[in-house]
Amino acid sequence: MSILLSHISKNFGDFSALHNIDLEIPEGELVALLGPSGCGKTTLLRIIAGLEQADSGNIFLNGEDKTSHHVSERGIGFVFQHYALFRHMTVFDNVAFGLRVKKKEHRPNEAIIAKKVHALLELVQLDWLHDRFPDQLSGGQRQRIALARALAVEPSVLLLDEPFGALDASVRKDLRQWLRNLHHELNVTSIFVTHDQEEAMEVASQVVVLNKGHIEQQGSPADIYDYPANVFVSKFIGQTNEFHLHRHTSDWLKQAGLHIPEEGDKVAHVRPHDIEIVKATDENSPVILKDWQHLGALIRVELTKKLHESEPKTVYAEMPNEQFKRLNLSRGDRVELKIRQAHWFN
Amino acid sequence: MSSISNNVHQTTLDDPTWVRWSLIAIALGFIILFLCVPLLLVIIQAFSKGFAAYFSALNQHDMLAAMRLTLLTALITVPLNTIFGVAAAWAITRFDFRGKDFLITLIDLPFSVSPVISGLIFVLMFGAQGWLGHWLMINDIKIIFAVPGIVLATLFITFPFVARQLIPFMQEMGSEEEEAALSLGASGWKMFFFITLPNIKWALLYGVLLCNARAMGEFGAVSVVSGHIRGLTNTLPLHVEVSYNEYDSVSAFAGASILAGLAIMTLILKTLLEWKQQASRQSR
Repeated sequence: MSILLSHISKNFGDFSALHNIDLEIPEGELVALLGPSGCGKTTLLRIIAGLEQADSGNIFLNGEDKTSHHVSERGIGFVFQHYALFRHMTVFDNVAFGLRVKKKEHRPNEAIIAKKVHALLELVQLDWLHDRFPDQLSGGQRQRIALARALAVEPSVLLLDEPFGALDASVRKDLRQWLRNLHHELNVTSIFVTHDQEEAMEVASQVVVLNKGHIEQQGSPADIYDYPANVFVSKFIGQTNEFHLHRHTSDWLKQAGLHIPEEGDKVAHVRPHDIEIVKATDENSPVILKDWQHLGALIRVELTKKLHESEPKTVYAEMPNEQFKRLNLSRGDRVELKIRQAHWFN
Repeated sequence: MSSISNNVHQTTLDDPTWVRWSLIAIALGFIILFLCVPLLLVIIQAFSKGFAAYFSALNQHDMLAAMRLTLLTALITVPLNTIFGVAAAWAITRFDFRGKDFLITLIDLPFSVSPVISGLIFVLMFGAQGWLGHWLMINDIKIIFAVPGIVLATLFITFPFVARQLIPFMQEMGSEEEEAALSLGASGWKMFFFITLPNIKWALLYGVLLCNARAMGEFGAVSVVSGHIRGLTNTLPLHVEVSYNEYDSVSAFAGASILAGLAIMTLILKTLLEWKQQASRQSR
């Protein structure tokens, strides 16, 4: 089911949490609402769910205006950050809840409910836990039960609030992959909220970057990474080196192989992996190798750039292990940079 | 590590033996002197003229009437205050509105006002010389010196117990489970009966228990509005006082023994409920 938000605004007192949000999400997408804490992403998710009311604007689910529908009538599934499992019910009863509270004329009988609940528990691979209580489960298991419970009512939209936020790093990695696969299987339009850009890039098919109640950019993970729309997105997604254009820097950047636009943009953002290092042939090269760190397959190189007039500035470059070894550099060596590409901003 | 913690243990908690024992003795002596001895005296006095006298005192018409009135008062006030308490706790913990702090203060009002004053307020409102006295007289409605007055005064006095118990509990609980129930399609009532009520039940029962104990034991406010009409407007605590003043000590202490029994039962149930509440809190 497609989701269309038009002119959504929300204030908490004087604080403007969301400002005139327009967003369209096609059917079957797995969308990440990504942004720093306090950017309004959770509020937006709760407004789509109907747990919060927007001050103005409309919400259309599959072309139907649901703005004034109560949360229980929107046909959404919501997975809470801390799962919100009913602690006085078994896993089975938790998942069955949504079916049992249906109005009499729509309520399936207990045999059908049992069949459906077990099928869902098998889908999340936890049927063997059906008679346990939530406090007897691990965080990852609770998360999957919460998901099964939300799916029981066959929601047309699945909303997840920081689905991996409260989990250990290793469990989180597994669950990300698992959620992605599950989405492929079910193909239900899903939105999840996260502040972790790596998570958004890895799991989502579409990423919406939010900041201070505005949408900064929406697109596929590749689009967002390769063509950041503005300084905020460029800095928030992945690492970046920032170069402000002055007379000296512009000469130096030209030497480093960068094409500088005639006029307009004044700030260059360069990803660490777009910087290549070679041993300096010129004794006066302003860049010195300061240190490096191993990041698994990659080496992150920390460089100090000291131009005449400016303070020393740290520049990061990344390259494969092997390549770095071949350069045979040690701390304090002078190097020269080759910059492959940059994003230019005002 | 254990040796270190043992050392700390010794320096902080190993007071000389005599200090320990005298502190325990003082505490124990106090409890015996001020709790156990009076309770024992009540029972001894009640049975001072034998079992037959005790049971015939309990069987007196006035005594039975007092018990009936006490039960009736509790039966009316406890359910009403339970409903009010849940509603107030719900409003305060689940909604944001102006004047919330003021409402919380208002709920506490009966705790901070002397019960006698509370009774007087009702006399000033509904008594013959009160605001509504004239109108009530014309319409032949009796509130003061009658059962409605006693119920009203008790209602006022016991009004904070349930709400006070629930507010901190529901605040701590949060509303996520309730939101989850709604998102799964539950109506407001279903959410309340299937999710909220099971979660708050021990705290609620605890509040109801305290409310009931106070409703049955209230003296001051009820005394002001009751008029002490034997067999008609005397609750059990009032009957005890009246009997005692008339040197009918068996009757007075027999009534007191019933109230004491009620108190002990309340204590046992209270401990049980506290234990249950703890257990349900830990399971989170």
